[in-house]
Amino acid sequence: MRVSLFVTCLADQFWPAAAVSAVELLRGLGCTVGFDERQTCCGQPAFNTGYRREARSLARRLIEIFESSGADAIVSPSGSCTAMLHHYEQLFEDEDWRTRARQLAQRTHELSAFLVNCLGVEDVGAAFSGRLTWHDACHGLRDLGIRNEPRRLLRHVKGAELVELPNAETCCGFGGTFAVKYPEVSVAMLDEKVDAIERAGVDAVVSGDAGCLMQIGGRLSRRGSSVRALHLAEVLASREARGGPHGR
Amino acid sequence: MAASFDRDARTALADGQLRGALRQATDLFAERRRAALATVPDWEGARDRARAIKDETLLHLDRYLEQFTTNAERAGARVHWARDAAEACEIIGRIAEQRGARSVVKSKSMASEEIHLNERLARRGIEPVETDLGEYIVQLAGETPSHIVVPAIHKTKAQIAALFAEKLGIELSDDVATLAAAARQALRRRFAEADLGISGVNFAVAETGTILILENEGNARLTTSLPRTHVALMGIEKVIPRFADLEVFLQLLPRSGTGQVLTAYQSLITGTKRRPEDEGPEQLDIVVMDNGRSRMLASALTRQSLACIRCGACLNACPVYRQIGGHAYGSVYPGPIGAIVTPQLFGLAQSSALPYASSLCGACRDVCPVKIDIPAVLLHLRAQVVERRAGSGGALERLAFSAYAAVMARPRLFECLVRGVRTLGILPPLRAWTKWRDLRPLAPHSFREQWRARLRDPAAP
Repeated sequence: MRVSLFVTCLADQFWPAAAVSAVELLRGLGCTVGFDERQTCCGQPAFNTGYRREARSLARRLIEIFESSGADAIVSPSGSCTAMLHHYEQLFEDEDWRTRARQLAQRTHELSAFLVNCLGVEDVGAAFSGRLTWHDACHGLRDLGIRNEPRRLLRHVKGAELVELPNAETCCGFGGTFAVKYPEVSVAMLDEKVDAIERAGVDAVVSGDAGCLMQIGGRLSRRGSSVRALHLAEVLASREARGGPHGR
Repeated sequence: MAASFDRDARTALADGQLRGALRQATDLFAERRRAALATVPDWEGARDRARAIKDETLLHLDRYLEQFTTNAERAGARVHWARDAAEACEIIGRIAEQRGARSVVKSKSMASEEIHLNERLARRGIEPVETDLGEYIVQLAGETPSHIVVPAIHKTKAQIAALFAEKLGIELSDDVATLAAAARQALRRRFAEADLGISGVNFAVAETGTILILENEGNARLTTSLPRTHVALMGIEKVIPRFADLEVFLQLLPRSGTGQVLTAYQSLITGTKRRPEDEGPEQLDIVVMDNGRSRMLASALTRQSLACIRCGACLNACPVYRQIGGHAYGSVYPGPIGAIVTPQLFGLAQSSALPYASSLCGACRDVCPVKIDIPAVLLHLRAQVVERRAGSGGALERLAFSAYAAVMARPRLFECLVRGVRTLGILPPLRAWTKWRDLRPLAPHSFREQWRARLRDPAAP
């Protein structure tokens, strides 16, 4: 399978380990992986703040870039940015662009959904010793319907124990610009999440979006917690029975 | 408004009692809702059917409202049309005066809150007494409801005990039964002397001219049956085509709202009493109010806002509402549904902060019994805020997004800028982030740098 990586700007600049791990994983499973360096941001910050014109111009760019790739699938280590590509159609009125947006959406997949649903793989041969918990990032969960895929993948990680949070599906308060527009509300939401993570006695909280991980990880570290925030791809690419990968 | 949401949200966050009360109540309702859902074999199917009924009605609203009017009048009711809040209040005030009403009781009605009916009637010397326990508490406290279904959700038992001790002159007690009994005693007296009752409407059936009111305390039953005159106030969106349509809505509303399989009372009212020996009011006036609703009919996207059956499930599910409660929204309609309905009803200029009062997590859409895509409407309203320059961000925000789009369209420039930030360590002011959270630093080697250095595969697409 020929895959083109949609890295997302956050993973590219803040969490490259997630994207590097995704490339290694996909290659390990026999995919050919390409990356078009012209890609930057999908436009979600503009779209979510109401700047449709700016979002539309970035959407057009990304549609053209991925159309030129000739890949069978576009895969991203982010549920949120994948969901944004799935929203592209509504940015356009003219039928040509709507069709192109729809076609892009049809072949764009979030990483865990791609592994489980397209490649049919649940055991990627990962090893990671420790107690883990999964935080459902909202857009992956509710826009794309990804709930079981990451959990199935994590249950097959050797040495790892998956613990469920009572509020796994509750928003961590990131919400893009929401986190800085209403920071006090955002952090109040975040603290309920972080309290639950600490009560669960885990070594790491795992999620599929760099945004949530920066929010949760940033608060964990501010509170002096030893719980690490890891991207799903990092855990799945880990081959160490002990210690696990290092966040950065 | 923008400044006030921010300020009021922070005030709410600092109120430990409020947050405790909210957490307890929203958790309880969410849990009860989940349990009640399990008793419906095909919940998804019921949601789809209900939404289809609402969509059909809203598409032909004029026809169904006319049909409702004809049938309600045939059964003896008088139907009045009100374009806006002022007209609705004027109509109700005039009815009260014509009927010589001195004592007015009122059951729970969000529409009446929306038009500040009590305040308007007070100017005519009429002071309705709220008879729903939650509304009664809020009225005694001189406050406004903070939840669509649970008006006093923001108050703890201890606060209510203190309020009753002060206002009703009873001894301080935190026993719920004692408190409820004190309210009942005070309210029964008011019911006995009332000559006019004002209620809301949950559903208005076009086919029969019937109105349906759901409640748990029996106060709406008394309000609509004891006084000589009953005035029912409803928004234009309350109409449904057929009596049989109630079946699906009765499955959805109590379960979504309070986690009940059915409310304790369902009052179906068709016209006035037929014979002198019958019970019930001699006169029924139904006030059908637009007040900004018809504006939402313009597009399919905004029209869905009118499908709302006011169950409040989205409030209980919303992680933002759960932290700050209803008052911070500065509207009678708080929470996710309030954030989409308020700007559409009362104008974007006064409530431009509300579409942003959400992390867009989508929990509201998941629980909505009529599948309103609240996040999509929020995004639509945000685009309108930007288009009309109604937001608080101003020129600086517009400039920032223009610059962002320009940089992101130029990958080399983007990379240069990031590298500059990384090496010089100059960051934009991010105190709104760093005051509470550590900021993960930019990676020493971005993915694209690592790709170029060691990951590129010449055979790849």
